[in-house]
Amino acid sequence: MIISIASGKGGTGKTLVATSLALALKDSHKVRLLDGDVEEPNDHVFLKPNISGSQPVFIPVPKIDEAKCTRCGKCAEVCAYNAIAVLGEHVLTFPELCHGCGACSYLCPEKAITEENRQTGVVEWGDAEGIDFVQGRLTVGEAMAPPAIRKVKELGDSDGINIIDSPPGTSCPVVTAIEGSDFCLLVTEPTPFGLSDLVLAVETVRQLGIACGVVLNRAGVGDNSVEDYCRKENIPVLLTIPLETEIARLYSKGITLVEGMSEWKERFVGLYEKIKEIVDARNRSLKR
Amino acid sequence: MPEIVVLSGKGGTGKTSIVGSLAALAKGKVLADCDVDAADLHLLLKPKVKQENEFWSGQVAQIDEEKCTECGLCQELCRFNAIKDYKVDPIACEGCGFCSHICPEEAITMPENMSGHWFVSDTRYGPLVHARLGIAQENSGKLVAQVRQEARRIAEEKGLDYIISDGPPGIGCPVISSLSGASLALMVTEPTLSGIHDLERVLGVSRHFGVPAMVAINKYDLNEENSRRIEDYCKDQGIKLAAKIPFDNAVTEAIVRGLPVVEYSDGAVSREIEGLWEVISR
Repeated sequence: MIISIASGKGGTGKTLVATSLALALKDSHKVRLLDGDVEEPNDHVFLKPNISGSQPVFIPVPKIDEAKCTRCGKCAEVCAYNAIAVLGEHVLTFPELCHGCGACSYLCPEKAITEENRQTGVVEWGDAEGIDFVQGRLTVGEAMAPPAIRKVKELGDSDGINIIDSPPGTSCPVVTAIEGSDFCLLVTEPTPFGLSDLVLAVETVRQLGIACGVVLNRAGVGDNSVEDYCRKENIPVLLTIPLETEIARLYSKGITLVEGMSEWKERFVGLYEKIKEIVDARNRSLKR
Repeated sequence: MPEIVVLSGKGGTGKTSIVGSLAALAKGKVLADCDVDAADLHLLLKPKVKQENEFWSGQVAQIDEEKCTECGLCQELCRFNAIKDYKVDPIACEGCGFCSHICPEEAITMPENMSGHWFVSDTRYGPLVHARLGIAQENSGKLVAQVRQEARRIAEEKGLDYIISDGPPGIGCPVISSLSGASLALMVTEPTLSGIHDLERVLGVSRHFGVPAMVAINKYDLNEENSRRIEDYCKDQGIKLAAKIPFDNAVTEAIVRGLPVVEYSDGAVSREIEGLWEVISR
């Protein structure tokens, strides 16, 4: 089972939900938490894992053998990202623009291009009190998050429960993080900002054909527009977390909700059971 | 002309609420919403769209089934696993065009992709340039660059004093695109451990691209010990602390009413944001 945690808007509580869900389930299930928010990974702040291994994230970028190169310009012509330019007698490469597609090296008529690895981040794994922990970190100054996210997801567990903490937004990093999930939990808050970005997030998960439900965080202040929208769109609100000073205070100190307020453990187990019910029902109807 | 971009690393720290208030406070400026992924500034500024433009960027592979002989070479060479059973997954396709160059039947073309819209609008606070990236699209960085370029054009044409832009969360492609070449990055953070962690990373990005930064702590009284840590960190790094904004439900109430908080409340939050504008506009 793969459950991803996403939200259009940032700062709605994805990390809070991902970490508490993992902790609530770890005694009864095999749980792996994958932090796919590689730009700003925060799950480690709360779970303080013992990191036991790591691997660099590479993008293969072109390396040009000037002796073999005839400056024919084929590589520059086929590169969709303007990462190679031929200027007179020189071939210039711009590795930070390269997506690592491999077209230039394959298509070079002189076989003058080989590839070398350029590191753009790292993935790390370890144990957090019985939770298998995996996270990716994009190197500061690097633009492309998806390769690191893909690498994080490669370290998913084929059985057990995988919880993927996704970055905010609705574009390629989010899609990379959540595609292939059995269920996507969308965390939002009851404000016009929360609603506006939830609508975009719902469009994204629907486009990917993933079942979804909502966690409403900081309920109490704001308005009813998120709940009205969910009712209209037939999206279940699976958990409501109130706006409480104590919850905010625990969060600020890097303490998870289920550890700081033990009554929440049961609620997160209940959340998982509701998700499982929806996923099982969906799988049954797909088999038919 | 000074261009101030508001960033945070972590999402939800209050970027848009602050930019909305700066919009109300600053005279002679153009506003830019560079969070093209999940834009919210329009909810406060209520723009009247004057001009809507399509954003064409990138390409997606298309296989002509008539010509395709199912040789499988494209599937074998695509590094993004975007071709399965001789069909293109448009979401996985990175638009590199490798497949179109190697297909022996020339059955693959790379049509341009309409990946969003950008708008030039009027608001009661001045002109706003904003955008909407299509769902699940790539090239958010290029759309951000388009928004900034148009904002600068308007500022020059109208002889305005400032460009103020609302940036996206994170540290990746759209953040770099919002930041590079700006005159000042205002980093809005919150006194949480994750806020601090993310602040340090986004300050790393502004340093990397040589853009001066200042910090504003939002909801500083939520955890005063963490706020002191941020102050010490800024002092240590030689970064100016531009404001310490207290927690107040008025901020959320203002969002619900679709107003910048400085127009909704005259409490401590508004006074602190006024002070913030004094500091960053100097």
